[in-house]
Amino acid sequence: MLAFAIRRMFQSIIVLLVVGLVAFSMFNFVGDPVDSMLGQERTDADVERVRIQLGLDQPFPVQYYKFLKGAIKGNFGISYRQGRPVSDIIAERLPATLELAFVSAVLAIIFGVALGIFTAIRRNGWAANTIMTLSLIGVSLPTFLIGILLIYIFAVELGWLPSFGRGDVVDLGWWRTGFLTKSGLLAIILPAITLGLYQMTLIMRIVRAEMLEVLRTDYIKFARARGLSKRAVNFGHALKNTMVPVITVTGMQIGSIIAFAIITETVFQWPGVGLLFINAIRFVDIPIMAAYLMLISVMFVSINLIVDLLYFAIDPRLRLDKTKG
Amino acid sequence: MKLKTLTRIALASTVALSMGIGMANAQTLNWARAGDSITLDPHAQNEGPTTALQHQISEALIVRDMTGKAVPALATEWGPSESDPNVWSFKLREGVKFHDGAEFDSEDVVFSFNRAMSEESNFKELLASVKEVRANGKYGFEIVTDGPNPLMASNLTNLFIMDKDWAEANGATKVQDVEGGEDTFASRNANGTGPYILVSREPDAKTVLRINENYWGIDQFPMDIKEIVYTPIQNQATRVAALLSGDVDFIQDVPVQDLARVGETDGLKVITAPQNRVIFFGMNQGDVDLETDNVEGKNPFADLRVRQAVNMAINREAIKKIVMRDQSVPAGMISPPFVNGWTAELDAVPENNVEKAQGLMNDAGYGDGFSIRLNCPNDRYINDEAICQASVGMLAKIGIDVQLEALPKAQHFPLIGGLKTDFYMLGWGVPTYDSEYIFNFLVHTKGEKYGSWNGVRFSDPELDMKIQGLASETNLEKRNQTIAEIWEVVQREQLYIPIHHQVLNWGMSDKVDTIVSPEDTPMFKYFKLGS
Repeated sequence: MLAFAIRRMFQSIIVLLVVGLVAFSMFNFVGDPVDSMLGQERTDADVERVRIQLGLDQPFPVQYYKFLKGAIKGNFGISYRQGRPVSDIIAERLPATLELAFVSAVLAIIFGVALGIFTAIRRNGWAANTIMTLSLIGVSLPTFLIGILLIYIFAVELGWLPSFGRGDVVDLGWWRTGFLTKSGLLAIILPAITLGLYQMTLIMRIVRAEMLEVLRTDYIKFARARGLSKRAVNFGHALKNTMVPVITVTGMQIGSIIAFAIITETVFQWPGVGLLFINAIRFVDIPIMAAYLMLISVMFVSINLIVDLLYFAIDPRLRLDKTKG
Repeated sequence: MKLKTLTRIALASTVALSMGIGMANAQTLNWARAGDSITLDPHAQNEGPTTALQHQISEALIVRDMTGKAVPALATEWGPSESDPNVWSFKLREGVKFHDGAEFDSEDVVFSFNRAMSEESNFKELLASVKEVRANGKYGFEIVTDGPNPLMASNLTNLFIMDKDWAEANGATKVQDVEGGEDTFASRNANGTGPYILVSREPDAKTVLRINENYWGIDQFPMDIKEIVYTPIQNQATRVAALLSGDVDFIQDVPVQDLARVGETDGLKVITAPQNRVIFFGMNQGDVDLETDNVEGKNPFADLRVRQAVNMAINREAIKKIVMRDQSVPAGMISPPFVNGWTAELDAVPENNVEKAQGLMNDAGYGDGFSIRLNCPNDRYINDEAICQASVGMLAKIGIDVQLEALPKAQHFPLIGGLKTDFYMLGWGVPTYDSEYIFNFLVHTKGEKYGSWNGVRFSDPELDMKIQGLASETNLEKRNQTIAEIWEVVQREQLYIPIHHQVLNWGMSDKVDTIVSPEDTPMFKYFKLGS
């Protein structure tokens, strides 16, 4: 177990290093930050001076090495655009993204599981069929279109919900939360639905498929034959056994919810790290881009690591195989 | 009885409270535009949204009002000194206080100018001719220049004044420096003399300003707006939706495809005016051979007839009608209409005549045409990429086969600065309102100090002398004469292919009463609010 964990962690570090290397080799193609930094009235001498100052005249392996050296000490440099430490900026923006991701995930899990069970039990009902058809929209429509659609319906036409932003936030010192104000809670509804819709439909379809599978098995038939109540059969026996793959998929999807928040955040002007990243690309703010990509890859790698370790802990067969091999 | 009175009092106070809230709302302006201010440091970034926000909080000696006219702000009188043409003297406004209560005087002005001239400042080019700044008493200020500078005043309209003591107390004497690694206090805090005080700011999310009750001009300007909530909304559709739903009252950039929608909505209006920005194409006419064409050993753009043919092949009316949905003013020169040196004759829309253009191509020996790459930004100007696409079709009619390469601005502009493109789109605004600014950057031979945006590789030493001479010519009549002469060469040599002047579209609630500033900089102290 320990050897396995150490090996996995070692692999994770290599993955991170490679992600960083690829990112840095691409930054040369994103554009030149100096132009946006200096503005219209720059002379050619200014451009040269700033390029040297920022170390942009050096080849990318050198730039990458310098970045790593700083990153190990927890120093990700200074944002070209805002002129402030990158770690401060990201720490300031992360709560918005995490709150959005959290609400989306909760909505996706609750509605996904509930609708999945419903459509599995009432397989041929008209309501279940309608839900299944509608769920195709969730899978096939791109996020930005859903977002714009929701804004037009609920903000412009009905006027129920705000069209953009995060509402009023309460500063807890280390975390700025939108959960404590009415406008903050109203503001999170549309972006959370937009962001979580795909995951919701995915979970719903998996739960439904798994349920249908399990409902056909012998022990369910036996439970029914024993005269157990429908409720006990469906929720006590069937649902429990469908949950294992659902948990796996959900775990993996949390990473993508945070990573794909970029589009939702742009549509709703949600002040999180995704919007920060988009702005960084437009401005060629290399320190921010590098730190964001590292953050996202650390997140994916650690989720993967945790999932792997969980398998190991949960599934006795895997453990046996390992000790044998 | 007692209970009744109590209820009555409670009721009355509730009503009063709700009315109070209602009034506060009526005087709050929710303002949105695509981009956020980059920093609150007044000397770090010379860029539209950044200076626009700063103008509400801080002031310069002289500012431009909503019509673009230079008017007194922290200086009440100014002009070249009578005894020495190399000295500009300013009389400063007395009794002005910064937001923290500190008094404004010449010490602050000297400090701010020195700060703006430091190496990290984005404004140092505008002050390149300044040799020294000095106080002349508590409310007098002087600028000493290398030589006479007749236009000094128009370079100062975005040069904000900070409080010296405040900057020193907070370690913000230096302009923020990305290399230095320190977060300067001034990039996140502001203490100006302006009509609005910074209450809170979250970058890219929300900035709140409230009225400065001690503002020196509180009785001179409408100042109807008591509170400003500024939110950048990047996504066009979201920005329009926010206006339509009433979440914001004023947006600075209505996308052209949504103009009708906003205009037709009850309670909303769109107002438009020409912007201080002209869009044009540049062609490499200086090199012997081009890299991105298919002509070997020759540069087709070096031939004046080819440049004239290109100019004639572009149908500016069609671009206006179809690409810009009528939201542009076709142009004949690369200067916005407000600028000294602009004339209606020079700006007359060039003839669109494909046959004549083809004739010129034949005369030049390119009757069969040639191919060339056109570089275009896709996120900088209004419909920039679409303008280029339309031009590709128009140039095909005279046999020029154009390969369009549209890139984000961060990649496009380095091509021009680094001389890596032979045919490109560029837009130009003139903050000084004088042609010299255009000549310095776009016409003068490219070198260390001048011509940094001259991507057409045009070079004429005689013209360079004339351009450099403009900076110190104090006889305005003679100076204007020289400007006219330079324009004559620019037009005759067809240095650039002007396309159009951009038009600004401000969308707002009916209750907001304002005109459009050509700088795209709202000065909220001039705004009136109806009910």
